[in-house]
Amino acid sequence: MRVMVIVKATADSEAGVMPSRELIEAMMKFNEELVKAGIMLAGDGLKPSSKGKRVHFSGTQRTVTDGPFAETRELIAGYWIWQVRSMEEAIEWARRCPNPMPGPSDLEIRPFVEPEDFGAEFTPELQEKEERLRNRLTDAGH
Amino acid sequence: MPATELGRTIDAVWRIESARIVAAVARIVRDVGLAEELAQDALVAALEHWPEAGLPQNPAAWLMTTARNKALDRIRQAALHRQKQQELGADADARGEQFTADPAADLEADHDIDDDMLRLIFTACHPVLAREAQVALTLKLIAGLSTGEIARAFLQSEPTIAQRIVRAKKALSNAKVPFEVPRGEALQARLAAVLEVIYLIFNEGYAATSGDDWMRPALCEEAQRLARMLAGLAPAEREVHGLAALLELQASRLRTRTDAEGKPILLLAQDRARWDWLLVNRGFAALALAQQQSGQPGPYELQAAIAACHASARTADATDWKAIVRIYDALARVQPSPVVQLNRAVAVGMAEGPAAALPLVQAIAEEGLLADYHLLPAVLGDLLAKLGRRAEARGEFERAAALAQNQRERALLLERARATLD
Repeated sequence: MRVMVIVKATADSEAGVMPSRELIEAMMKFNEELVKAGIMLAGDGLKPSSKGKRVHFSGTQRTVTDGPFAETRELIAGYWIWQVRSMEEAIEWARRCPNPMPGPSDLEIRPFVEPEDFGAEFTPELQEKEERLRNRLTDAGH
Repeated sequence: MPATELGRTIDAVWRIESARIVAAVARIVRDVGLAEELAQDALVAALEHWPEAGLPQNPAAWLMTTARNKALDRIRQAALHRQKQQELGADADARGEQFTADPAADLEADHDIDDDMLRLIFTACHPVLAREAQVALTLKLIAGLSTGEIARAFLQSEPTIAQRIVRAKKALSNAKVPFEVPRGEALQARLAAVLEVIYLIFNEGYAATSGDDWMRPALCEEAQRLARMLAGLAPAEREVHGLAALLELQASRLRTRTDAEGKPILLLAQDRARWDWLLVNRGFAALALAQQQSGQPGPYELQAAIAACHASARTADATDWKAIVRIYDALARVQPSPVVQLNRAVAVGMAEGPAAALPLVQAIAEEGLLADYHLLPAVLGDLLAKLGRRAEARGEFERAAALAQNQRERALLLERARATLD
């Protein structure tokens, strides 16, 4: 299974405070462990939300707003994508992560939606089949 | 922490750490089977100790230290036993001779664990073992799968796999296989065996060779992990990156290889938007790493390069078939085989048209080396159909269907045979 491990933003990350040398080194070591275990697929840090934009959807309307965004605790400062065997394995790896922030901080682990979670209706073949069925039903209704 | 949660945590820690612990202990006791036994003793100790004492600050280090101490105890006991026997005038070689290592040298904390992991991988894939034993041992010791999981993945009974693993460990012990990374000329041959084991594991997941079970994706993921792990442990080995690249690129198409009913979709008909672009890019990166190493490209890297040609084409029509033919030429040089020739002929057919490819495939058929290979008549059928020779095409598709082991493939081929009548 694949998980996204989300580094939640803090006041520091939102203020653009760069990590200390010690933290950078600890993070590099941790990332190296992830690579060696073969579970690291991707990972990056993100700039503070002041550099971000939001595109708001409402019906057919799109409204673009500039960052920063107020709700710091809901924002993200970085992410990894890991390939793990279980949520427990992801938790165990997350436990080993150095605290990514100078103060208290959170990592959030979210499993990817897997193809089987979609159900089959997203594949073009089945869509086509349903379409045919619907047409038949409509035809029958006439 | 509630008991069930603790149990799951211990399980997760064990899966992450077991290979490293077995590797570190094996360096002390010089016996992989015994090392696994001692590592498991450490796990049992954790299962007894942690529910009362609570999870230690660093569970991985706790397990490692406990296992190492058990190994050193075992060596001391053996030495003591030997000493007593000597005092009794008994044959000094009678027992304990397997413990030839110097325990003091092994006490340096965290002595290069990466080397131990490499040694463990090479030992699990040692040539005294049959290929299927190498595969089972690699999954057990390096990937940390349980016997039951391996049995399920290979559609075998658990006792069969358990016995295979026990025998493999005994064979290593009996042959006194040294716990080491081979050097010099032996390295390349031994590395080739390791890569083949990983590739076999991937293929077992990629396409079941018989029956209805088209894929067992968990094995693909394990193989990808093993290949990435090996690339981290042996970064100067060109072909290791080649294999990693090949697996990432092949896995990127896993979810588009079958339709909703489980019928196979051929590469050129796949929905490229649904390829796993994260894995495609990882494949490109691994291929670039391979190409940066010295030496000549090996068969895995060349196959990865072909997969990369497909992945870099936005649409099937945009495929650079001429480049693919050139890579097949190189592949045919390093790994001459009629299957490579057949694939090359398919690429020639795409690059220059079916008329150019047909004589090539007919020549392969005349050699008779691929007489039982269903894809040979399948390719012939395809070329003949494209040339409008429908009756001949139909015969070839029917022959291919009769040879296909996989029911899904057989159905697809019969469908193509029928289509020649339209």
